[in-house]
Parts: sequence; structure tokens; C-alpha cells
Amino acid sequence: MEALSDLLLEPSSAPEKFLVMLIAIALFVAVMAVIVFVIDRPKNLPDWVAFLAFAGPAALLVGFGLVYPALRTVYQSFFDRTGDAFVGLDNFATIFTSQDFRTVLVNTVVWVILVPLMSTFIGLVYAVLVDRTRFEALAKALIFLPMAISLVGATIIWRFVYEFRPAGQEQIGLVNQVLVWLGLEPYQFIISQPWNNFFLIVIFVWVQAGFAMTVLSAAIKAIPDDIIEAARLDGVNGAQMFTNVTVPAIRPALVVVLTTIAIVSLKVFDIVRTMTNGNFGTSVVANEFYEQAFRQFNAGLGSALAVILFVLVVPIVIYNIRQMRLAEEIR
Amino acid sequence: MAIRSHRRALGAVGIGVGLALTLAACGADQIDDSDDGDAGASPGGGDVAAGEADCAPYEEFGDLEGESVTFYTSIVAPEDQPYIDAFVPFEECTGAEVVYEGSKEFEAQLPVRVQSGNAPDIAVLPQPGLLAQLVRDFDAVQPAPEQVAAAVDEFYGEAWKAYGTVDDTFYAAPNSANAKSFIWYSPSAFEEAGYEIPTTWDELIALSDQIVEDNAGSDVKPWCAGINSGDATGWVITDWMEDIMLRTAGPEVYDQWVNHEIPFNDPQVATALEYAGQILKNPDYVNGGLGDVTSIASTTFQDAGLPILDGNCFMHRQASFYAANWPEGTTVAEDGDVFAFPFPTIDEEAGDVLLGGGEFIGAFNDRPITQAFQLYLTSPDFINARAAGGQFIPPHSELDTSVYESPIDALSAELLSDQSITFRFDASDLMPAAVGAGTFWSEMTAWIAEDKDDQAALDAIEASWPAS
Repeated sequence: MEALSDLLLEPSSAPEKFLVMLIAIALFVAVMAVIVFVIDRPKNLPDWVAFLAFAGPAALLVGFGLVYPALRTVYQSFFDRTGDAFVGLDNFATIFTSQDFRTVLVNTVVWVILVPLMSTFIGLVYAVLVDRTRFEALAKALIFLPMAISLVGATIIWRFVYEFRPAGQEQIGLVNQVLVWLGLEPYQFIISQPWNNFFLIVIFVWVQAGFAMTVLSAAIKAIPDDIIEAARLDGVNGAQMFTNVTVPAIRPALVVVLTTIAIVSLKVFDIVRTMTNGNFGTSVVANEFYEQAFRQFNAGLGSALAVILFVLVVPIVIYNIRQMRLAEEIR
Repeated sequence: MAIRSHRRALGAVGIGVGLALTLAACGADQIDDSDDGDAGASPGGGDVAAGEADCAPYEEFGDLEGESVTFYTSIVAPEDQPYIDAFVPFEECTGAEVVYEGSKEFEAQLPVRVQSGNAPDIAVLPQPGLLAQLVRDFDAVQPAPEQVAAAVDEFYGEAWKAYGTVDDTFYAAPNSANAKSFIWYSPSAFEEAGYEIPTTWDELIALSDQIVEDNAGSDVKPWCAGINSGDATGWVITDWMEDIMLRTAGPEVYDQWVNHEIPFNDPQVATALEYAGQILKNPDYVNGGLGDVTSIASTTFQDAGLPILDGNCFMHRQASFYAANWPEGTTVAEDGDVFAFPFPTIDEEAGDVLLGGGEFIGAFNDRPITQAFQLYLTSPDFINARAAGGQFIPPHSELDTSVYESPIDALSAELLSDQSITFRFDASDLMPAAVGAGTFWSEMTAWIAEDKDDQAALDAIEASWPAS
């Protein structure tokens, strides 16, 4: 009996852990089966029992997996490095007053503004240009391809694009080779501040434009033909069609794309981590959170950064959900 | 900064290591078995191989047959083989199995594993600072058993035992070490140009000026440097600072600096940074074949010394482990393509000093098998079997330096064991992580990349020193 409890509570080898995992899954299935079976039995069950039985387990899991860690993070953000001593708002004060952390916050804001605007703009223009042309499928596949690459992979590709060698030596970076061909000096894309932030943003736009293009293209195709025909009869030219008909018609889709990309750019981590590790004034909140929590073991400051990230994401998420609802109602 | 350095040091030696091992194995075969069972008592033996180790010390830990012990480290395949081979005698003695686990994310993963109750039995800690953190923050490391402490007393110097001690309790025995006070150069290029190896800072600067003068009008520079190293970018300059600090302020002030008994923005520290700036921030001196001063920030430390080979630069300050970064076919020797001379003296009063780093063996439980293995890792049997694989220089008194094929390994071993030289451990490895693996790196990176002012950089590091 003791051996069994040892095995269940402190599995030591991989097969034992898998065994415990399987037992846990079996237990879960069994409990769910019992619940469903019991609920189904009596006919005149009060509503709240049925509600509790169905939503209860899910709520429990969300509570343990999401709500508890979130509350715990907020709690930790008021404590020091090791989580022992209460320090009030000191961690937040550090973040908002220190020069380095302010750079981090400003960079994050720049990402959140530039990435959605640029990706959406490029995606939209591209979607309109290739709409109903002969090469539409191929053209769309080309811009959608970067979406299939992991952000780390994309960053490594771009690192080679930006690679610097001094003038007079053989360039191995694509952009610098082009500069040299044009008779210009090679440029330190990754190091020269503040423009290096922009060159990192380009990578994310390259990845996200495909997403924007796909969603917006679908929205454009959903514009009723009669509206377009009516506009044509009124004699609009291409530009007028775009600004007065296409854009207003796909406005809900535009907002969803903008906010979705804004949320992912708030959380951007992989690109910065892979390209600069946050050096050269390029760090963003998510990177700094990882750095503090897992490299410098400063649980308090790490939690505070996570809380800030959370606070920044929430309004965009709410707006995003409301817009999605609106979009559905219109349909 | 030992973590990366060591990991990379072991990189690229694959073939060499394989060859050395094969040779070692051949050597073992030829030795007759006359003194079997007593080999541990005989010092010296890179030729100690499976079956010859002294098994007696492990008997007091009871029957270990069928047990297993995990060895967690940042060194991954193919550099893991010399370790795995050196574990064989222990496995044969005890019938236990050593499970080697290497991870490139070692530094981030170890605390996570410790906190989630999934700690390895034994981990190779690349920094005393990490050991202190694990002891103080997580209370996770077991004090070394008395047998291990006795072995460390016997085989290692007091200073090395002190690096494995936290708050007066001895936890971790030393493993391998490296010597950092080296400047790499090309003996043939020096000879051709008629340059002498400088022994003082003034001579070093005079030589640099001479090189600038001799190469006026070309892109050739006296120095090349690179500090890019993934998320440890900047550690190369911390090594520069430490080497200079040790020579301008002396070992005692160096210790005060490490322990934060003088502030990080103390004038003596500022002096050291100023010296470093004389070379690293002088556009006439850097960055041969790599670009201007800012290119130091974008060049990886692995690539930074390579311009020496094509004559674009003459000198590169880097630890002994840089030997592994020269391309295949480069002869590393005093009369070869590249070699290293000791970092020159700055202030005579500081004496003969050597900067270095090292790794330590931490245990996360006190099972008999774990303790027996800890003891084995301090034994002459292990260190000589492992040293025969190359790139492993323990500061161990029974080390047989004749096993080294590379002259730079032999030179490092010689310097590390020379009692007349004052050894000091890499300061950034001893400082709290927020500084030693945080602002010290990032501020030095900004000092180069953004031309951040000396005082501003030092003030920022001082401000980040954790209060507790």
C-alpha cells in the first residue's frame, strides 16, 4: 500500500510518470461519466444543480489553471525578489522610474502601434490588389507562407538578411550587400538605435501581414455584389471604390484584425529574444519579464511586469470581443 | 563568465577529443595489471581507465548495485562523451548507472526543476553565484558529505573550497577550471613584424601604437574583440574589467569589489574601466577586420579572434578555452599559427595574478549513491580519466599534466597550479545574478554599443545591486 502511494505521489521515472498521468486521465473520464450519468437520471432536476454539474468541473479547472496563477502573480508582484518580504508598490515604482525599464515600456508601445497598422495596411492593400486576378491563389500563398514559420525561425532568417560586415569586406547580409551595390556604406541594422527597433518590427510585420491579408480578403469577397455594382454605375474610380465602399464594408473585420495583431505584438518575445536578447535598447515587456523571472530569479519584478502586460492586454481583448460580437450581429 | 565560455570551449573539439580518447584507451590496454585495486593510490594516470580505479572508498556507501544517479550539466553532445567515458570506472566499481543529462537551457531549467521537485541528483554549477542562489533562495543544495569535504581538503587549495562554501557551510566540490588572463596572438606574425611580447601595460600600449603606425592607411588594427554571446552578451568585457581590476587595484580590493564592500562606482573600479576603454573604445586600436568600435557589440565572441589568422588584427584577449574556436588545421603552439601570452602587469604592487573560472558539483539529495558519486568526482581516478579527454583542467593536486596534447591546456594547468601566482575567480560569476548575469553584462554592452559614459554605466550597475 505504501509502495502504491509512493508511486502515485512521487513518481521517479518516466514510465512511472506516464502511468500516473494515465491514471489521472482515467479518473477524470470516470468522474465526468458519473456526472453525466447522474444528471441524466432524474427528470425534474433544479436548474442550479444541472448548471453546477456541467459548469462546475470546467470552472474548477479554469480556477486552478488560470485564475489561481493569475491572482498568485498579482500577489507576488507586491513582494521582493524571493517572495518573502512585502514591498508594496516598489516593483512598479522601479519599472516606471528606472531609465532602462522606461525604454522597455516605450518600445512595447511602439510595437503595439506600428505592427498592427503596418501589417493591416500591407495586408489590406495586397488583398485588394490581388482580388480576382489570375494569380490570386499563388500571390496569397506567397504572403501567407511566413505565417507557417516559427518566430524564432523567421528571426534567424532575418538575422542573416541584416548581417553586417565592415566596408571593404565581403558582405554576407542581403540588405548590406544591396547597400554596397548602390555605393553606400554597410549599416549596423541590429545595433544602431533607435532604428534597430524598427528593423525588428519589420520581421513581425512580415509574419503578420499574411494573417491580415487572409482575413481581409475573405471580408472583401463577402461584400455583396449589388453594392459594388451600384458604386460602379455611379462611376467611382478605383481609389474611391477602395475608400468609400470596400473599407467601410469590411470595417468590423479590420477592427478584429487590428486588435488581434495588437494583442500578439504586446506579447512579442521570440523576435527580441532571438535577435538581440533585449540588448541595444530593444527590450520589450515580455522579454524583460522572462529576463527578470527566469534569468535573474527576481520573482517580484518579473510578476510586476507580467501584471503590467496583463493590464495592457485586457482593454484590447475586451474591445476585440465586443467587435467580434458586433461583426456577427451584422451578419 | 564560465557558463557559455566552458560550453563553447568544449565545442568544436569533437574530433580532437575522440582522437585523444582513442589514444588514452590504447595506452590503458598496454599497462599490465600488476597493481590492480591499488591504482587510486598511485598519482598520475591519464591512463587510469576502466577496471583500474580504486573501488574501496565507495564500499562504505553500501550496496549500490542497480542504483542510478543523474548528472545534469550544460554540456551537450558530442562534448559529453569524455565525461561519460570517465564515469565508466565508477559504474564498474559499484554496479550503479550514471545517467548523463545535458541541456543548453541548463541555467534557466535548473531552478525550475528544483522548484517543481524534479531536481537532478548532481548538477555541474558553472558559477559560485548560482550555487549561493540555490542555497539561499531555494534551500535546495545538500551540504557536501564529510568524505567529500575530506577529499577536497586533500586535493584542492583552500580558495577553491571557499568558492564551494556558502554561509560557512561547504556544499560543492570544484570540478574543472580555466585560466582567463590570456592575450591571443600569432607568433609568426609577431616574428615577421619584429614585435616582442609585452610584459607591462605600457609595453602593450606602445606595441599597439607601433602596430597602428606600421599599418597606417590599411584596415589592419592591433586589436579585435567581440562580446556578442546570446543572452550572455557583454560577459567578455566583464572579463577585461576583472583582469585589469586585479592588476590596477590588487587582489584585496578586487575581493572588496566582488563582495560589494566598495561600491561598484568606486573610483578604483572607474580606473579599471578607463584602462579597458583605452583599448576597446579607441577607434585606432579596434576592431581589426570587423568594423568600428560598435562592431564589438555585434561580433560573436567565437568569431572575434579569427581576424588574427588573416592578418587583420594582432591581438585578442580571451581565456584559454578560446583554443577550441580556431578553425580546424590551426596550430595552437608557441611556434605555431596562434598562441597566447599572459595578460601584462599594470601595477607591480599587485603581484603575479591570474583570473580564472571554474565549475562546481552540487548535490540535491543525500542518497548513498549520490554521495558515493560526489566522492568519485573528486578522486584522482576521475579527474585524470576526464583530463585525458582534453579541455578539462581541474585545480586538483593529483592532476597529471602530461596528458594534455594542447600546449595551451598544459600552460593553463601550469599557471593554475603555480602557488606563487595569486588566483582570483571571475568576479561576475561571484556577484548576485542581478549584477553578475544582469546589469554588469548589459551596461558593458551599452558602454560599447551606445558609447555610454563610464560613470553612467558604473552608476547604473551600482543602483541595481540587490539590497538583500
